[in-house]
Amino acid sequence: MARPPRNPRDTATSKGKFTRRGLILGGMQAGFMGLLALRMRYMQVDQADQFRLLAEENRINIRLIPPARGEIFDRMGVPIASNEPAYRITIVREDAGDVDEVIARLKELVPLDPAELERALAEMKRSAPFLPITLADRVTWEDVSKVAVNAPALPGITPEVGLSRSYPLKEDFAHVVGYVGPVSDYDLERIEDPDQLLRIPRFQIGKVGLESKMEDQLRGKAGARRVEVNAVGRVMRELSRREGEAGANLQLSIDHRLQNYILARLGNESAAAVVVDCKTGDLLGIGSAPAFDPNLFVRGISVADYRTLTENDHRPLASKTVQGTYPPGSTFKMVVGLAGLESGEIGPESTFYCPGHLDVSGRRFHCWKRGGHGHLNLEGALRESCDVYFYELAMRIGIEKISDMANRLGLGVRHDLPMSAVAQGLMPTKAWKREVRGEEWRIGDSVNASIGQGYVLASPMQLALMTARIASGKSLEPRLIKSINGVEQPVLGDVPLGINENHLRLVRKGMYAVSNDRRGTGYGSRIISETIRLAGKSGTSQVRNITAAERRAGVTSNADLPWNRRDHALFVNFAPFNDPKVAVAVVVEHGGGGSSVAAPIARDVAMQALFEGDPPLDIYPAKDREKISAQQERLREMRPPEITERKSRA
Amino acid sequence: MSYLEYTVKTVPSGLRKIFYVNWPLALLLTAVASVGFLMLYSVAGGSFNPWAEPQMKRFALGMVAMFVIGMVPIWFWRNLSGVAYAGTLVLLIFVEFFGTVGMGAQRWIDIGFMRLQPSELMKIALVMLLAAYYDWLPTRKVSHPLWVLVPVLMILVPTYLVLKQPDLGTAVLLMAGGGAVMFLAGVHWGYFAVVIGAAIGLVATVFQSRGTSWQLIKDYQFRRIDTFLDPSNDPLGAGYHITQSKIALGSGGWAGRGYMQGTQSRLNFLPEKHTDFIFTTLAEEFGFVGGASLLILYALILLFCISSAMANKDRYSSLLIFGVTTTFFLFFAVNMSMVMGLAPVVGVPLPLVSYGGSAMIVLLAAFGLVQSAHIHRPR
Repeated sequence: MARPPRNPRDTATSKGKFTRRGLILGGMQAGFMGLLALRMRYMQVDQADQFRLLAEENRINIRLIPPARGEIFDRMGVPIASNEPAYRITIVREDAGDVDEVIARLKELVPLDPAELERALAEMKRSAPFLPITLADRVTWEDVSKVAVNAPALPGITPEVGLSRSYPLKEDFAHVVGYVGPVSDYDLERIEDPDQLLRIPRFQIGKVGLESKMEDQLRGKAGARRVEVNAVGRVMRELSRREGEAGANLQLSIDHRLQNYILARLGNESAAAVVVDCKTGDLLGIGSAPAFDPNLFVRGISVADYRTLTENDHRPLASKTVQGTYPPGSTFKMVVGLAGLESGEIGPESTFYCPGHLDVSGRRFHCWKRGGHGHLNLEGALRESCDVYFYELAMRIGIEKISDMANRLGLGVRHDLPMSAVAQGLMPTKAWKREVRGEEWRIGDSVNASIGQGYVLASPMQLALMTARIASGKSLEPRLIKSINGVEQPVLGDVPLGINENHLRLVRKGMYAVSNDRRGTGYGSRIISETIRLAGKSGTSQVRNITAAERRAGVTSNADLPWNRRDHALFVNFAPFNDPKVAVAVVVEHGGGGSSVAAPIARDVAMQALFEGDPPLDIYPAKDREKISAQQERLREMRPPEITERKSRA
Repeated sequence: MSYLEYTVKTVPSGLRKIFYVNWPLALLLTAVASVGFLMLYSVAGGSFNPWAEPQMKRFALGMVAMFVIGMVPIWFWRNLSGVAYAGTLVLLIFVEFFGTVGMGAQRWIDIGFMRLQPSELMKIALVMLLAAYYDWLPTRKVSHPLWVLVPVLMILVPTYLVLKQPDLGTAVLLMAGGGAVMFLAGVHWGYFAVVIGAAIGLVATVFQSRGTSWQLIKDYQFRRIDTFLDPSNDPLGAGYHITQSKIALGSGGWAGRGYMQGTQSRLNFLPEKHTDFIFTTLAEEFGFVGGASLLILYALILLFCISSAMANKDRYSSLLIFGVTTTFFLFFAVNMSMVMGLAPVVGVPLPLVSYGGSAMIVLLAAFGLVQSAHIHRPR
């Protein structure tokens, strides 16, 4: 680049210009640097506090510590719902190095579910490399130890332990305690202002039963730890820690041995049995059969298992003791009898004549005994379960008095029990029928109600409570939770029912006759021990009438009908007669006759409750002993050994 | 050699040149680079790896380059200006087609021991060419439209190529650096007024083009501008850089949290903590005192360079020194404005401090030219 010769004057002017412009440019640069310095001063000195605060917020993160869920025990202190360590195997991608290689090695040691593995690998791609991803959940201790021993060959793989709900007694408490499951979006939507804990993925909350009803007490309070995190959320160190508060432990009134016996005794029937303590109202046993294993739900039940449960016509998922309502049938006759006595309409010796039927406004109501019972007083009517006696009585006193007495005995009333779907049952009144059915009450309705049919509905729990109230004369309330965190819960209703004791005594006498008089409907299931006498009442409630067409076709008894149209068998009893301790109600759905099917179950359950184990054989009539012995033997074998062991210790 | 119109006899020769090196400048450069080593050591969590040690090696290499270049007479470099520009332009076109794209923007060529970014070289080559051009051009023609158009094209061609990469930061630096040389050469005020007016018009047009079929810049560039104007818009997305950078810087306070105590940088809240955002670490750990000290070091470098340029009677030398100095100034001014939330995030490193190979070596080579001009100044 040759340059033409330069004019010296030219050079001088250009140099002068350069100096001027250079000073301008240099001045601009200096000015801008001054601006930068001012800005820096403004941010670092004037606004420093504000930015410091923001920096702290950036750095500190609050992490929740899930509390241990409250445990549930039976009245002996045996765990029903506990938290057991659940082992899982996790992998941290960045520590593992060659993930495929490590997983391949792990596969040789521990069985890995391919579907689970696929999910884990997909999750791994999405999440940060330092976050642990679960490869296998609910791993056995054996597999965990295998992994631990081979740790050097498995970089990035860690066995982790968490707490998971477990129900060691499986089916026995399925309907009482229910089960927990991971929080769902649906749960979160339902709850106003949800606890932060619920935001923890897979956090377990009560879904059904006691677990759900007592959720607030069982859950406990979250702990928190302040951790220093970096920008991607990796925990660098823990700054402070505040432990959470474990949930409250609950002790139930139920005796796990009795509960287990009930489930075993009900066997394959679709049935319910409830045992109430006549002194306190404690529910000693409350079993619904068939049941299901709640542990299946905690793990997440498979579609196939769930279908098996829903398609079973014996409805294992239904809690028949409190949710199921049945026409109480003849077990309702004590209510009508008491209502009659209290109203003054009848006395102990008042009799009605039973010709085998009663015609009411052009409709004929039959007694179960076609030939009739002849003249009967209340005791006789209860003993032989004469229908006509109660038809006559109901027509005289009217439905309102019966309904009122039923309510006083706990029927048609919602009891405050921490179980799912506790039914109120139904005790009809004239007003009820007008309101709900839009029809006037008819005399025939009263006649039907007098024998626990028609509109009358009660749950097995209510029937047991009714029996306990009759036996004790006290207005007992059912109690399921004996203590919370060791604090004994109050016994409610330890006050007189307000029914004339003589009237109660008459009704009890009638019930005594049912079980101990040769003519009684429960005589076949009697107890011969002088000190322990049973008093009971049978009931057989029709699901529907045998039609005329069926009768012509030769169907005359229940056994000829398909299962789901047979009568429900009911029996209520209390024992010992002289000093009632337990009251029992048994309902066997479509079981047939109350005295033949339900009575033996009610007797066995009551004896089991009284003796807190298998009763001695000599309380049974001699001819039954062999059968009873065989049955005891059979049931003992069915029950898990740990329960019989515990029983022998107790 | 036109240089001979000045007396060359007084120009030092041989090893004696060592005594004529602008030693204060070399010392200041080392001081700034040392600040960089200190910070890179800190952000690596108190370790020379992975940043501080390679950076030191590169600095040593760069210093050697500076001295070697400085020993070579300035007229040699002046005669090479055209070749340097043409060669860099070829490289720039080459990477357009064959270069590797990293971080979604700058293109580079892997030349073995380092990644060469031709756009870095261009900043210096452009200044060299413009200085040579105005050295050659008789001063009365400087403001003639035709003679103004030539250097404008010299600036716009590489700017266009860099903008296509796309590297907005370097494009701005090229334009501003080139413009500064033209301004110093004495181009009429009017042209600058027109260009600035046109630039404002262009910005308006660019904003107009948003969302239309003829959109002039990329969506992410728009978003950066948006978040610059209001970082709280998108605190975890594109605004994250600015917000976190301001938090780190502001939380430093007067004297800082202490060396290696900066929580924000140590915990990775700072993006690019070792490159473009390294100043925030310094400001967090050493506070206003540290930040202002670095600013003063930079100011001293500018001062020594500018006084050297002013004192130099050779037109090429003075234009070159001032051009390089202005480019250097633009580097740290844009970077600091960026981390302080005064300018959008454009991806300009903090010169001599940020981790980065080619920028450091190119910059030191440029200071080699400054040294050469200083040593071989007519006396």
